[in-house]
Amino acid sequence: MTRAKDLLLRATNPTATVFVLLVLVFAAVFAMNPGFFQGPSLMAFLKQAAPLVILAAGQYFVIVSGNFDLSVGALVGAQVVIAARLIDGEESRTAPVLVAMVLFGIGVGLVNGLITTALKVQSFITTLGMLLVLYGAIRLWTGGAPTGSLSESFRVFGRMGIEDVPVLGQIPWALLIMIAVGAGSVLLMRTRFGRVLMAAGDNERAAALSGARVGAARTLAFVLSGLSATIAGVLIGGFAGVSAQVGDGLEFTVITAVVLGGVVLGGGRGSVLAAMAGALVIEALFTLFNQMALPATLRPAVQGAIIIAAVAYAARRRPVPTATATPTPS
Amino acid sequence: MSATAPLLAMRGIDKAFLGVPVLSSVDLTVARGEVHALVGENGAGKSTLMKILAGVHTADAGTIELDGRAVSFTHPLQAQHAGVASVFQEFNLLPELTVAENVHLGREPKRRGLIDRRAMVDATAAVLADLGVEDLAPTAKVGSLSVAHQQITEIAKALSQGAGLVCMDEPTAALADAEVELLYRLVGRLRERGTAVLYVSHRLKEIFDLCDRITVLKDGRLVDTTATADTTPDDLVAKMVGRRIEAQFPAPLPGTAPGEVRLKVAGGGNDWVDGIDLEVRAGEIVGLAGLQGSGRTEIAEAVFGIAPFTRGAVEVDGRPVRITGPRKAIGAGIALVTEDRKAQGLALRQSVRANARMVLDANARVHSRRRLARVSGILSSLDLVARGEDQEVRFLSGGNQQKVVVAKWLAAEPGVIVLDEPTRGIDVGAKHKLYSVVRDLAAEGLAVLLIASELIEVIGLADRIVVLHDGRIAGELPGGATEQQVMAYATGRAPE
Repeated sequence: MTRAKDLLLRATNPTATVFVLLVLVFAAVFAMNPGFFQGPSLMAFLKQAAPLVILAAGQYFVIVSGNFDLSVGALVGAQVVIAARLIDGEESRTAPVLVAMVLFGIGVGLVNGLITTALKVQSFITTLGMLLVLYGAIRLWTGGAPTGSLSESFRVFGRMGIEDVPVLGQIPWALLIMIAVGAGSVLLMRTRFGRVLMAAGDNERAAALSGARVGAARTLAFVLSGLSATIAGVLIGGFAGVSAQVGDGLEFTVITAVVLGGVVLGGGRGSVLAAMAGALVIEALFTLFNQMALPATLRPAVQGAIIIAAVAYAARRRPVPTATATPTPS
Repeated sequence: MSATAPLLAMRGIDKAFLGVPVLSSVDLTVARGEVHALVGENGAGKSTLMKILAGVHTADAGTIELDGRAVSFTHPLQAQHAGVASVFQEFNLLPELTVAENVHLGREPKRRGLIDRRAMVDATAAVLADLGVEDLAPTAKVGSLSVAHQQITEIAKALSQGAGLVCMDEPTAALADAEVELLYRLVGRLRERGTAVLYVSHRLKEIFDLCDRITVLKDGRLVDTTATADTTPDDLVAKMVGRRIEAQFPAPLPGTAPGEVRLKVAGGGNDWVDGIDLEVRAGEIVGLAGLQGSGRTEIAEAVFGIAPFTRGAVEVDGRPVRITGPRKAIGAGIALVTEDRKAQGLALRQSVRANARMVLDANARVHSRRRLARVSGILSSLDLVARGEDQEVRFLSGGNQQKVVVAKWLAAEPGVIVLDEPTRGIDVGAKHKLYSVVRDLAAEGLAVLLIASELIEVIGLADRIVVLHDGRIAGELPGGATEQQVMAYATGRAPE
């Protein structure tokens, strides 16, 4: 009896649901285009999906601790533009510029985190402000259109991979980086930091009274999000090149992905793998739209519908929250 | 209206959640003007029965008759219209509105299409006067009221809707001692005016003080309904737990004497308390007694660094410590089981295990592999009843949740443990277990500071009782002192 109930609860658990969805969307893609699952095209798909998946991991840390990070799209854009302007086609500048980008990503995360935790500004406002500041500052700096260009060695991460692998063709660096980020995130959530972050997202007061440094943990989550945006920026820049629109609207896509992964807004719930799987579902869905020849302009509307449906679903299946629903066995 | 039929007759009520039976063929009858207690351990089905009556849940089987007419509620509003009012632990009041506006919410008296404020205030004043409440202004904003006055507002709202039956779920759980008095008078007044009261509580004293008849539930079944005069507290406890609890409080082990001073506060004071001199020795349970607002919780919060002492000195195990926050306190070996376990003690959507190791995870100074390895053992030594360590704590009963809170502190192996209202809202069996846990902790050499508003608890469990009045220590009594002695100090009178 309890086992059957457990199974039912587990299958309809939002965290598990996203993996079911992933299988369904992939099945639909396969039905439309059986060739999709050949090595090279699958690898191409994963290469393209990697930045969003990595952003989802970063956003997960922020959301699970009870905040939002709306600034990631603008940060991705800023990083690409900064890279192009500073490298300006010079191979020798690649490494120092990468270091500068990492520091900038950490800096933006720190500012987001400190304003939110020390000044007690709601993260929605903090990061919305950061989005606008980054957006405006970059346009001011570049005079409206991005200048300079990326070096070849910079573009390797987003474009290249281990070549000439049997069956698969190319194993993209982006995929390997994505796997590393995923593994690192899973491990991080198992550390004391991860546990404190989760507890703080669930009940800030209880965590603080247990001695947790809630503010520090949340700030670190923003830093991780800034780092994920930096990595995503490197990959997207390498893959797609430089333009003024890079990163536009990515914050909403990534939040949709994390919510689809069953990570409850407000914090304290959900797994990082499910959040990353949510990003894969969205990318697969966009692929499906391409195959169905639906216009790309439909995407925002679909994202909006998904985000509402996912939250509504999570709210509906939450079991009866009274203590009476589970009588104490004796 | 038929004079012979009882006001309320529930017969053969069944209810299951997700296939798990919570109530099976429960009967309950309440007469007009009767105060009827509904008691049982947590999980016995009291709240579910009350919620069926309030229209929150619908019974799977069985009949409900009000005034001899069969009714069936599928929505709380239907129950309200039929004259059943429920005062739950969480109020359904709008804090930004006045008492009068809340009482008439959705049924505002109108004059020429506009709300007639004067009529609303007058009508509310009349209801309050009928209840014998003089110190509550109909124009007061609800958010600024004490819990007791919010409760009165809720009851006034029920009566102005013509309720014949008022259900109260743990009405005194959040009340200060002086306010409990007010509730007693209110219940008496309801009885006089012929309104029936269904009273759900864990506090035996209130039940014997207030109620005419008592219905006991256990594991979703009706055990018994008796007249209060025909039973005793011991009998009642035995019916609730299905076994007789010999002695309610465990005695100190023979041959153990308090050891070294582990916690010492000298001249401690801040904005709320002053001149606090306190010593708690290893193996000793010191009770802090006092009326609500006397500074009991404030001392706990100062010792734990939530609102630290700004004057005086604190020593732990003979070493002076400056406790400026919970992290400092935890580092010094102090633990605090807070008053409100849901808001302050637990991350409800996390697992038993995640909560039990929270203090270790959050503090590098107390974290160790050895201590982590002990967590499971601590949980089982507390007789935790859960489906497993990965079950979310929100699904546990109050008593089991409290055990998780205690476990998370024991995991850090503190030298001093402060327990603020550790048994609030938990059932008799779990209370008894906690009492013996507290005694065992002392026997292991911990210094225990115990705060409880139920005097009987402090008197029965503590080796020494420090009584507070108005933020200062009014006197000290040995364990086993009488309630009168404690109250004399607590109310600021010199004991005779």
